[in-house]
Amino acid sequence: MNLPSVLSPDFGLLFWMLIAFLVVFALLAKFGFPVITGMVEERKKFIDESLQSAREANERLASIHAESETLLKEAREKQAQILSEAKYTSQAIIAEARTKAETESSKMLNEAKAQILAEKENALRDIRAQVADLSLGIAEKIMRNELQKDGEHEKFVKRLLEEL
Amino acid sequence: MKQRLHILLLSLCLTVSLTAEAASEDNERIDVKGIVLGHLGDAYDWHILTWNDRHISLPLPCIVYSEHSGWHLFLSSVFHHGTGRAHEGFFLNPDDNGKIYEYVDGTPVKPWDISITKDVLQIWIVAALLLFIFLHTARWYKYRDAGSPAPKGFTGFIEMFVMMINDEVIKGAIGEKHYRRFAPYLLTCFFFIFLTNLLGLLPIFPGGANVTGNITITFFLSVCTFLVVNFSGNKEYWKEIFWPEVPTWLKAPVPIMPVIEFFGIFTKPFALMVRLFANMLGGHAIILSLTCVIFITCQIGAGLGAPMTVTSFALMIFMNCLELLVAFIQAYVFTMLSAIFIGLALPEHHGH
Repeated sequence: MNLPSVLSPDFGLLFWMLIAFLVVFALLAKFGFPVITGMVEERKKFIDESLQSAREANERLASIHAESETLLKEAREKQAQILSEAKYTSQAIIAEARTKAETESSKMLNEAKAQILAEKENALRDIRAQVADLSLGIAEKIMRNELQKDGEHEKFVKRLLEEL
Repeated sequence: MKQRLHILLLSLCLTVSLTAEAASEDNERIDVKGIVLGHLGDAYDWHILTWNDRHISLPLPCIVYSEHSGWHLFLSSVFHHGTGRAHEGFFLNPDDNGKIYEYVDGTPVKPWDISITKDVLQIWIVAALLLFIFLHTARWYKYRDAGSPAPKGFTGFIEMFVMMINDEVIKGAIGEKHYRRFAPYLLTCFFFIFLTNLLGLLPIFPGGANVTGNITITFFLSVCTFLVVNFSGNKEYWKEIFWPEVPTWLKAPVPIMPVIEFFGIFTKPFALMVRLFANMLGGHAIILSLTCVIFITCQIGAGLGAPMTVTSFALMIFMNCLELLVAFIQAYVFTMLSAIFIGLALPEHHGH
């Protein structure tokens, strides 16, 4: 039977096919395909890593933003607190000063009053002493006048005795 | 669009002139089977065209070793495109598809023949192209690192193509764990078949040889897959062949299942061989037959020849487009099935 040539295996063709295919396979398996696929995989890894680091950077940026925001907020709060404290302190100082002034003035007033009172007493005492001296002197003078008359001595002593 | 129109017009003119030439020839019957098989088969020279009964062809070197007279090296042009002449005792035997035979004591004997035939040259052209394309692409990466931008243009296209086969077909069929070992073989297979198919569609010199539609080539490729599959098969694979998990009566006294499984080892690559061969041969045969339709109908009469020429021309364009698709699909199928067979030879141990 005579098969058509495409259907009859041919030694020469097989021989050259073997050599050509093995040469192509050996060269491409060593220098061709692994280089291409390896590079593509490396690039894929690189892109993945880049994306990952970009995401991380973004997250860090966001956290820094949040941190700065909280810091700002804290600072503002502190400022408000300090301001309110200052206000409070100044008010307290003013109030204290006022009360101190009030107590001082009242103390001074009291002292003045006391002094005035004491002065008054003194003055009164002086006046009283002077009045007593004057009245004594006057009385002495009156007595002396009265007693210069006769019989008046006896009358006076008598009246004194009666009064006792 | 304009360019396409030009090509179409040019092809039509060419067809009409060919038709006229065919019609003017004397009325000998056209041997369709001979023409088709002749174009599909291997040859010692690369026939380019026939002009006024003169054959213009590329002579190729014939290398034969005869146990009788040793090594011989001569150009195929010594036979002058015929089977009649003999050279150094060698002649083209018409009883064996015009292969080189030697007369030893008056009887034809087949020598060891490793001539650079049309198909062999075609294979080397494909090999050179493959090496150029992929080493050129690989060279692009030599001066770049992972951080540099992805390649554009031809390198980018090749990279995309390689990665498509690598990721979709090979990784998908074999699995993430083992695919790296087999990727170079399967990629070489794919691109070898694909490029050979494409060049086989070209009608003239740098292509046109029917390589993947030759049983020797598909036989070689399927033997490669057979060897890769069975040498990489693990313990589980061989256990599933000789002691599959079926009811014991199917394998114990009469080993029905093991025998079936064992034949399966050979039928799988056999199917690969026949599928690629038949698809490529069929496509080429249809295109060649459609070409013959023009000559046959023109021989019968110009009235029948003209409409049939247009019809068959349209069909040929359609078939060529289809063949472009088939060129890819067959390479893809061969690679995918090879990958699947390799994947099946590496089953994970499953404890039932």
